[in-house]
Amino acid sequence: MLESRFLARRVGALDTAARAVSPSSGVEVRALGPATRLSFRVRLGDAQPKLAGLDLAINRMVGTGERWCARLGPDEWLTGAPEADNELIQGEIEQALEGCFHSLVDVSHRDVGFEISGAAAAQALNAGCPLDLGDAAFPAGSAARTLLGKVEIVLLRPSDAPVYRVDCWRSFAAYVHGFLVEAADSTVAV
Amino acid sequence: MLLIDCPFCGKRPEVEFHCGGEAHIARPADPAQVDDAIWAEHLFVRKNPRGLHAERWRHLHGCGQWFNALRDTYTDRFVETYKAGEQPKHPLTETRA
Repeated sequence: MLESRFLARRVGALDTAARAVSPSSGVEVRALGPATRLSFRVRLGDAQPKLAGLDLAINRMVGTGERWCARLGPDEWLTGAPEADNELIQGEIEQALEGCFHSLVDVSHRDVGFEISGAAAAQALNAGCPLDLGDAAFPAGSAARTLLGKVEIVLLRPSDAPVYRVDCWRSFAAYVHGFLVEAADSTVAV
Repeated sequence: MLLIDCPFCGKRPEVEFHCGGEAHIARPADPAQVDDAIWAEHLFVRKNPRGLHAERWRHLHGCGQWFNALRDTYTDRFVETYKAGEQPKHPLTETRA
């Protein structure tokens, strides 16, 4: 007689959609609601526009909660804000970058955010993310565009707490959520 | 896992990168003035050495920037990475038998 029913724990294909907290590891995966996200690119050169986040080093971020700004490359920034502040923030950026050749694109509807929290959150993320997420290599204020499984994500760590934010494109959101919940489930609590 | 030292982001995992072939290939300034042989050489002929090789790489799933790297095709070891437009510090003369 086959004994696989004693060995294999079956997980339904769509079971992950309803789950949020993994009981085994205590890692919580929470889908964040709609928010403003603006992608802007500017080659600074000699100009020194006054705007929060522009003077960040590459792969660093400022801000906590819904308002944040991350520098993802030498000429690329991604900023997040509450949904209602969209036009306000766009206006601020445009005003600050006036005279500088730049592009400012509203990507609010392109991205979906998740929050992964819990003592073993980094361990769960490392199920699909190849970055070193240790405190020395990825301290508070780190931000990076990287991979999670088969998908490109933006990974943010706003504070010292083991709380990470993952932003992915909306067509990958179901995959990313499923992946994170599975990873949280198969992570052993630390 | 192989780590590649992006000149902008530092050491990052290989899966985030994409190789763009041989570096430092100058397009003839006026293609209409060169004959077919020279043009064909520019388009298709590559060094393909066994040893040090200057390559273009892109940090595709990261900062998105193109840069150059000196890689040993025999050991797959990255000797040096440098920004596009710069020249490598390491001499390119080393080849293996």
